[in-house]
Amino acid sequence: MRPEFTSPSSSSSSSADRRLNALVRHLATASMVSQTAVAFSPTSGFHGDSVFSHVVRAPEDPILGVTVAYNKDPSPVKLNLGVGAYRTEEGKPLVLNVVRKAEQMLLNDKSRVKEYLPIVGIAEFNKLSAKLIFGADSPAIRENRVTTVQCLSGTGSLRVGAEFLARHYHQKTIYIPQPTWGNHPKVFTLAGLSVKTYRYYDPTTRGMNFQGLLEDLGSAPSGSIVLLHACAHNPTGVDPTLQQWEQIRQLMRSKALLPFFDSAYQGFASGNLDEDAQSIRMFVADGGECFVAQSYAKNMGLYGERVGALSVVCRAADVASKVESQLKLVIRPMFSNPPIHGASIVATILKDSNMFNEWTIELKAMADRIISMRKQLFDALRARGTPGDWSHIIKQIGMFTFTGLNSKQVEFMTREYHIYMTSDGRISMAGLSSKTVPHLADAIHAAVTRMS
Amino acid sequence: MAIRRAMSGRIMDRTAVVGARYMSSWWRSVQPAPKDPILGVTEAFLADQSADKVNVGVGAYRDDNGKPVVLECVREAERRIAGNLNMEYLPMGGSVKMVEETLKLAYGENSELIKEKRIAAVQALSGTGACRLFADFQKRFCPDSQIYIPVPTWANHHNIWRDAQVPQKTYHYYHPESKGLDFAAMIDDIKNAPNGSFFLLHACAHNPTGVDPSEEQWREISHHIKAKGHFAFFDMAYQGFASGDPEKDAKAIRIFLEDGHHIGIAQSYAKNMGLYGQRVGCLSVLCEDEKQAVAVKSQLQQLARPMYSNPPVHGALIVSTILSDPDLKKQWLKEVKVMADRIIGMRTALRGNLEKLGSPLSWQHITNQIGMFCYSGLTPEQVDRLTNEFHIYMTRNGRISMAGVTTGNVEYLANAIHEVTK
Repeated sequence: MRPEFTSPSSSSSSSADRRLNALVRHLATASMVSQTAVAFSPTSGFHGDSVFSHVVRAPEDPILGVTVAYNKDPSPVKLNLGVGAYRTEEGKPLVLNVVRKAEQMLLNDKSRVKEYLPIVGIAEFNKLSAKLIFGADSPAIRENRVTTVQCLSGTGSLRVGAEFLARHYHQKTIYIPQPTWGNHPKVFTLAGLSVKTYRYYDPTTRGMNFQGLLEDLGSAPSGSIVLLHACAHNPTGVDPTLQQWEQIRQLMRSKALLPFFDSAYQGFASGNLDEDAQSIRMFVADGGECFVAQSYAKNMGLYGERVGALSVVCRAADVASKVESQLKLVIRPMFSNPPIHGASIVATILKDSNMFNEWTIELKAMADRIISMRKQLFDALRARGTPGDWSHIIKQIGMFTFTGLNSKQVEFMTREYHIYMTSDGRISMAGLSSKTVPHLADAIHAAVTRMS
Repeated sequence: MAIRRAMSGRIMDRTAVVGARYMSSWWRSVQPAPKDPILGVTEAFLADQSADKVNVGVGAYRDDNGKPVVLECVREAERRIAGNLNMEYLPMGGSVKMVEETLKLAYGENSELIKEKRIAAVQALSGTGACRLFADFQKRFCPDSQIYIPVPTWANHHNIWRDAQVPQKTYHYYHPESKGLDFAAMIDDIKNAPNGSFFLLHACAHNPTGVDPSEEQWREISHHIKAKGHFAFFDMAYQGFASGDPEKDAKAIRIFLEDGHHIGIAQSYAKNMGLYGQRVGCLSVLCEDEKQAVAVKSQLQQLARPMYSNPPVHGALIVSTILSDPDLKKQWLKEVKVMADRIIGMRTALRGNLEKLGSPLSWQHITNQIGMFCYSGLTPEQVDRLTNEFHIYMTRNGRISMAGVTTGNVEYLANAIHEVTK
């Protein structure tokens, strides 16, 4: 191969140097060349130039940036309603008792090793996760039509699924609801899909724009992928009713639209695991195919352990097995195999009926506390006579409330009341306590009456 | 509940009408993927019922009883962290503490570069994740660049840069006749590559050959890479594991740093801390100055966020607990040396046994090579015979994982190799 001397950054070699270099190469051994070559490229510009000098600093992640700002604030009354991580009544993060128990069991089991997991992760974890989301009696599981692979929480499951679709599916467009979790678009575009939106939220009613949804999905090209939040829509907290889900299902099946469910809050929304999986099970019950990304970040409080699963429900068992083999090809060059710790905890809990029951109780307690915060905030605003209809606070479900406040009002609340939330007006109910509700209510009241 | 059950009954009836259009699967045309060449070996080994079976396939350390090892320092670290902390999300860039300690290992305990904050670094999903993140970063910010990969290399390197859509070329590395380094050809390839190419280098204990350049050879490699303005990316998966001394194993990197290269490094704790399944590693990129390091780190995080949001906390906690406690760190260094020494001992034993058997071939490469793997020089057909006749499992390129060799099986292994090569 002939060397090229046109380089983007270091155009150091003059033509005389090049000729001399060429001569030396022909005449000398390798070590001679190494000594002489130094003299020929004295101005390689080496020490100054990095090939990455042009890289500019990326903007802060809008969601995670809220916590950064919160941490900097010295005010004693500051409130972090930004990122969706559960907090206790005392405002502390929570590790579930059953999780601690499982961890101890793992620690005490001296036979446990830290070997590589298979590419698809812990087999038991995968089976139990599928059971959890599809139901123990799901026909898809009985007929071996589901492949489940362990991934890095919800994000990782979405990404692996999306990469598979970009490679193997005939339609490369995914429709995502408007609005949706801030990270969704990039997950899909980086995987190689193109992203379109469908109407979802109605700001005037602070509820569903169901007509808009049906129209947009109805006009999507046949076979398009559709992202659906299984329950507790993030950021709005607005979920379709069961009747609406049924209509969505019929429409999608009639147009052969492929459902891709993001299930990040199973059990966390209503407090009941089966209830929160209804939408998914409805789709699986009709015998059709779908993708499901599951996360244990919130419902088991395993956030940083990155535990999740991607399930692909296929029409036939042999297809599921082929799909799994291709999922492995996506995973291997991404992270080889998934992390063992968090998934081991989950498997330990899910397979033991006593621990499973303990978990459902702790889970319900978290969901109930959030529902109670909703009620308290609603009551507090009513007591203050805050203008507007605030019933959406108790109608919406899950960790977040889409308050309907605009970015100016949000900015005001941060400045004057040290309340931290995302600029779209989303608050994490999990960050509230009985003690702090009054402060938040005061802030909302002030924002609504003094800023429009 | 009753209403819901009734509704789902009605739903089932409706499917017969609406179902016709989606009768066939979307995935019928999906082909079954080939088995992973490395991980498939262990699967086959596990399925084998023979009492004599030997697994010298995948590169995971085994003790002299052939058992996986959890280091004592790791057990102690786990005891300390269990029940103490919460499981909150790490920042996108991972555990700051873990990354700090990890940089010291690669760049030097008192590195000026660290003090000057010139290194952009993020926690990554072990070595694989660090390489992939770098490959994606390379694609995004140097879209016209290509990566040069040694022949041979860890098979997954090709997959990683391919999935990142970075065009790849190869450079000469292994010299089959001498079972050593094809140094002249390697230097030629470096010189012939277009200026500003990216070169993937194994920092120590080359996988799969075990053949490393000497210090003098590294200096020359550095020199030629510098002359061409190439970017040097180091995959360091075996620091401490090769010679038993992490400082020694980082020599190549230190040479490049002295010579002023702006390198990138993928570091892994899978082998040297035995944290395989925890997926703990680090990607670092040395920049011109602190401002650029901040920019580069922010962009690395932008690539991590849509892949997994933030990295797993448990393994990182183990690492930072060990490395920030002087006693635990000392213990770790001792345990790493024990592992490296055992492997060096097995190399000596395997070579000795083969020579004792009167093998006509030269086996000195077994002790010349370094790290977990020995590139035996066996052909795929000979490997197949080892598997079929002797229940010995290795990858078909003749790579032997020395970590799978024990005093209990080294004679058996030597006998078998002798049988198929005499």
